[in-house]
Amino acid sequence: MQVTIIDYGVGNLRSLQRGLERADATVTVSDDPAEIAASDALVLPGVGAFGECVRNLAPFRDVVVEAAADTPVLGICVGFQLMFTESTEGAPEGETIDGLDLIPGRVERLPSDEVKVPHMGWNELTVERDHPIVDGVASKTPQADGDYAYFVHSYGSSVADHTVAACDYGFDFAAIAATERGNVMGTQFHPEKSGDTGLRVLRNFVAFAEDWNDTTVTAE
Amino acid sequence: MTLTKRIIPCIDVDLDENGDAKVYTGVNFEDLQYTGDPVEMARAYNRAGADEFVFLDITASADGRETMLDTVSAVADEVFIPLTVGGGIRTKADIVETLRAGADKVSINTGALQRPGLITEGAESVGSQAIVISVDARRRYDEGGEHYEQVDGESCWFECTVKGGREGTGTDVVAWSAEAEERGAGELFVNSIDADGTKDGYDIPLTRAVCDAVSTPVIASSGCGGPEDAYEVFTEAGADAALAASIFHFDEHSIDEVKRYLDERGVPVRR
Repeated sequence: MQVTIIDYGVGNLRSLQRGLERADATVTVSDDPAEIAASDALVLPGVGAFGECVRNLAPFRDVVVEAAADTPVLGICVGFQLMFTESTEGAPEGETIDGLDLIPGRVERLPSDEVKVPHMGWNELTVERDHPIVDGVASKTPQADGDYAYFVHSYGSSVADHTVAACDYGFDFAAIAATERGNVMGTQFHPEKSGDTGLRVLRNFVAFAEDWNDTTVTAE
Repeated sequence: MTLTKRIIPCIDVDLDENGDAKVYTGVNFEDLQYTGDPVEMARAYNRAGADEFVFLDITASADGRETMLDTVSAVADEVFIPLTVGGGIRTKADIVETLRAGADKVSINTGALQRPGLITEGAESVGSQAIVISVDARRRYDEGGEHYEQVDGESCWFECTVKGGREGTGTDVVAWSAEAEERGAGELFVNSIDADGTKDGYDIPLTRAVCDAVSTPVIASSGCGGPEDAYEVFTEAGADAALAASIFHFDEHSIDEVKRYLDERGVPVRR
């Protein structure tokens, strides 16, 4: 399975590449829109501020939006936030900055009255609905711990219909979400830093992309 | 709701006579023993359930830098948990190149004490989450800084030292920690020269004083002799993470054993 990580100048992609390779993907890191458009599956990373990521992603925006129509896409951390309609990060009071609008919703600052922000560390996942991305991921229940993932972020989007797994940190936010069609998904945590749970999520994405491409080819 | 308390193994890496990166562990703070290959150890700790991994470059020479960055990359390829790299980071370029090699965070000690602006520059350039400020604290019983009560009733203040505790700076650890946070440090890494290598437990008054002064996560280091010491630093001092080296390197305790001990006593950990 060939997977392309979109390299739009945000941070270190090395661990992510290694994580996907562990999941048996053949990984390309690319900043070439034509190559990105031709890929079987895409990963949209992101580190830093939302607004800066939006600016850096501008040359690839159309390619990503078009690909999202029929290609598996995985957003990670700020890359995941970019998939939402809008974010309040870096915008003047009462305004927002537009995201890619692949998943409906707004990204907002985590409430800091009870907890330390940024949310940095290992926290539990509560699986809200079925999706291949969470195959084999243990959900938090009143009786048992869920699987833990590693988070580093100050902004998040509240739990909604698209949420696949939630996480509780002062409020319930979407730790994993996916579109209705299912091929566009993302994680607020860093799967490449989340130990075995993270590697499982990456393997799930690669397996999903394989199935998706097989089914799409057969259907055509 | 609550984040888990983190258990973090740490390796000190130096170059051997052939110029290869090797892990050394201090016994009684000076007597460094060879304990293994950094990549092998990283792989083992990743498998053993470590929550993060700390790699300290203790090479004295600048020539070793390139070899070390290659070693950081090799380690980063093996650990799918956050990786912090420290040692000899003095400039923004050092920060950027260490992160590029595969680290998620850099730990800065002397470089920040000498030029506090480095913290601000680093946080602005790579984000606070990647900037860890490390202090080597030493107890002082004179009137040079604000005093804290000790468990045995005697009070002292804590001084930032450099060169492995051999040189004092006159800077108060607690005041410096607050300044570092103000300047954008995302975490504080608190070592104790007094507790280092003793295995008598973390320096609780020191760790508590820093935890009370800042709201960023505090990683307690130095003095861990077993699971009960980790329990004490979480419950008595309010640390967010406990770092240990020799108890893990010499197989005296396993990460799982420490986490089981904490879990049984109601401290939230990832298992």
